[in-house]
Amino acid sequence: MCLAIPMKVVKIDGDQGMVAAGGLTRKANFILMKDIKPGDYVLLHAGFAIAKVKPEEARQTIKLIREL
Amino acid sequence: MDRITLGHGSGGRQMHKLIDSLFLKAFSNPILNQKRDSAVLNIGNKKIAFTTDSYVVDPIFFPGGDIGSLAIYGTVNDLSVCGARALYISVGAVIEEGLDGSVLERIVRSMAEAAKKAGVRIVTGDTKVVEKGSCDRIFINTSGIGEVYYEGLSTDKIAPGDSVIVSGPVGDHAISVLSKREGIEFGTIVRSDSAPLDKLIWKVLRSSKKVRFMRDPTRGGLATTLNEIALGAKSGIAIEERDVPVRPPVRQACELLGLDPLYLACEGRVIIIAAKEDGPRILKTLGADKAGRGAKIIGSVTGDRSARVYLNTIAGGKRIIDMLSGEQLPRIC
Amino acid sequence: MKYIDEFRSRALTSRLISRIRSVADEGREYRYMEVCGTHTMAIFKYGLRELLPRNIRLISGPGCPVCVTPLEYLDRAIAIAGLPKVIITTFGDMLRVPGSSSTLENERAGGKHIKVVYSTDDALDIANRNTDKEVVFLGVGFETTVPTVAASIMSAAKQGIHNYSVLCAHKTMPEALGAIMAHRDARIDGFLLPGHVSAITGMKPYGFLAKRYGAGCVAAGFEPVDMLQAILMLMEQKRPIVEVQYKRIVDPLGNRLARKAIEKVFEKSSSEWRGIGKLKNSGLRIRKEFSRFDASLKFRVKTVRPREDKSCICGAVLKGIKTPVDCKLFGKKCTPADPVGSCMVSSEGTCAAYYKYGRR
Repeated sequence: MCLAIPMKVVKIDGDQGMVAAGGLTRKANFILMKDIKPGDYVLLHAGFAIAKVKPEEARQTIKLIREL
Repeated sequence: MDRITLGHGSGGRQMHKLIDSLFLKAFSNPILNQKRDSAVLNIGNKKIAFTTDSYVVDPIFFPGGDIGSLAIYGTVNDLSVCGARALYISVGAVIEEGLDGSVLERIVRSMAEAAKKAGVRIVTGDTKVVEKGSCDRIFINTSGIGEVYYEGLSTDKIAPGDSVIVSGPVGDHAISVLSKREGIEFGTIVRSDSAPLDKLIWKVLRSSKKVRFMRDPTRGGLATTLNEIALGAKSGIAIEERDVPVRPPVRQACELLGLDPLYLACEGRVIIIAAKEDGPRILKTLGADKAGRGAKIIGSVTGDRSARVYLNTIAGGKRIIDMLSGEQLPRIC
Repeated sequence: MKYIDEFRSRALTSRLISRIRSVADEGREYRYMEVCGTHTMAIFKYGLRELLPRNIRLISGPGCPVCVTPLEYLDRAIAIAGLPKVIITTFGDMLRVPGSSSTLENERAGGKHIKVVYSTDDALDIANRNTDKEVVFLGVGFETTVPTVAASIMSAAKQGIHNYSVLCAHKTMPEALGAIMAHRDARIDGFLLPGHVSAITGMKPYGFLAKRYGAGCVAAGFEPVDMLQAILMLMEQKRPIVEVQYKRIVDPLGNRLARKAIEKVFEKSSSEWRGIGKLKNSGLRIRKEFSRFDASLKFRVKTVRPREDKSCICGAVLKGIKTPVDCKLFGKKCTPADPVGSCMVSSEGTCAAYYKYGRR
């Protein structure tokens, strides 16, 4: 359930904005998020940003596995 | 027999079952039973390829093409993959009452242009108009004949170790049509790969005498077509997920909509099975032509007689890829 | 694709696999349930089962909304589609789910107005552009999707859109997991919790699974590296606890704004899970103050309580007690093209995934 993918915020104006990834752009609804700015990555589900991607955590996860 | 559903027309397992259990049984003859994209006929001392296809695409206009050019290229390609030079084409149009005249004009012009581009002549035709609701705006059937210039293409020739080559990135056509039909906008326009393959295939067949078999991965996509080839050859095929070319926007759209690019239809791509030693040469020939840019060797024919298609996944796992069951739908879950 | 491709890296998956192999105790069986249908799909898509030691058993859970939506809901949606001036809007997932006698796809082919949308925003747009029509959105899904539906209802209320309504069959995850653990045949050592549901709910609602039932819990992402790491984390737990593997997305506190949207529009109710039965407090219904957006109140249609095929074992499959290959209908009378039970219907359903990606 719940297909969602990380996309980069390119524009945000109130609740509405645009996200992009892999040469594709799409409009996105930001009403369920706060403190989002262009350049952030968000998790997009059914046209809505539902979570912010934490780059530091992503790096940590990979680092941890590399050190196994 | 059960009622016919849309699934019977989606190019996958259901359609094959229908063809085998009904049409092939009733019409059975040595030529039909080969189940080629075109029938190859001996007429006088000439070998003639003959094929037919109907086009019911919705929407009728999409980025990179329309039902008219698709109907010409599709038939040209079915002849080309059998090693034939397409010569003459027939056009049958079933038109829904109420269709805008300018729409029809646009389609007909597009067909004329496509025929010119592919070097074929439209030499006979038929027009029917049906009551509103009896068809969806316009359905087009085209049949074509061509002269065979390269003999011996057959799944029987496929041998273990042969290379599996795809002539370019997959899925562009399906994503183009899907985003238009379902009104899903991506900002970027994904254009269909709809194109005639006659010249590209001619070049390939001139560069190598060790091409075993070719087929264009239309409905059901790469996965379904590879399954057809594996069944015909009675041999397994293994492909590498990381080598399958998919353009970034198509990949992204697949991630977004939960689609598998292996099952997306192409209208301007060909799968080539050839002897391993000729693989690099064919790849070079393909890459030198605009229509073959992005071509890749994606796998090989295995020694086992399973007639299964295996995918070595990017994560290092292995799975069987089956034919399509019912057309893929965008999903969020 | 950033934050996707690096989590599909073969270098990382092979590292995790060898670690899992070295940690695995040959003398025991590890039974883990991947809760989410997207997990099930990914496990098959990347061939992860083949990579894992044989004594690690992955059991597919109830997290496929299409699979657990009762037949009667489909019948109701199809009946509403038959009313004059109605446009049904739905995620593509629901299009092929068979009701008692038809599917939305069939009805669409027959001329009914049924549109696939990617977002509730698209459904609202359709309502705005067709003010002479009634636009009904099929609200199916778990905590990840519910806030987007809540937002659409709040937005319709705010903009005064009167021709939009939702046929609600939303469900919540923790209660279903509790019901599975409470079952006497349940043998689950741990859960790969749904990462995207957890991004909304946070981790608190799952605490009881570890405490009361002794099941380890790890909220997992959906890429191969995520799932393998989550399995390793479950194996390495000294005692059952609730942890997060999917740290780049899941805040242990969840998304408060999204939860507020859910609470504003919906309230807890009991809910029927296809194959499992009625579970208390496992569903959501639209609150009274938004009842004008409730399609089940707006459109009175009659449906007959449908009968399921008796030999179908989807219920046991959804609970993780049986696997699809235990079913005598599987691959014979029941295929993705002609499904009998709920788990064959959605491509992420356990049976469909088994069928499509090979069986083991």
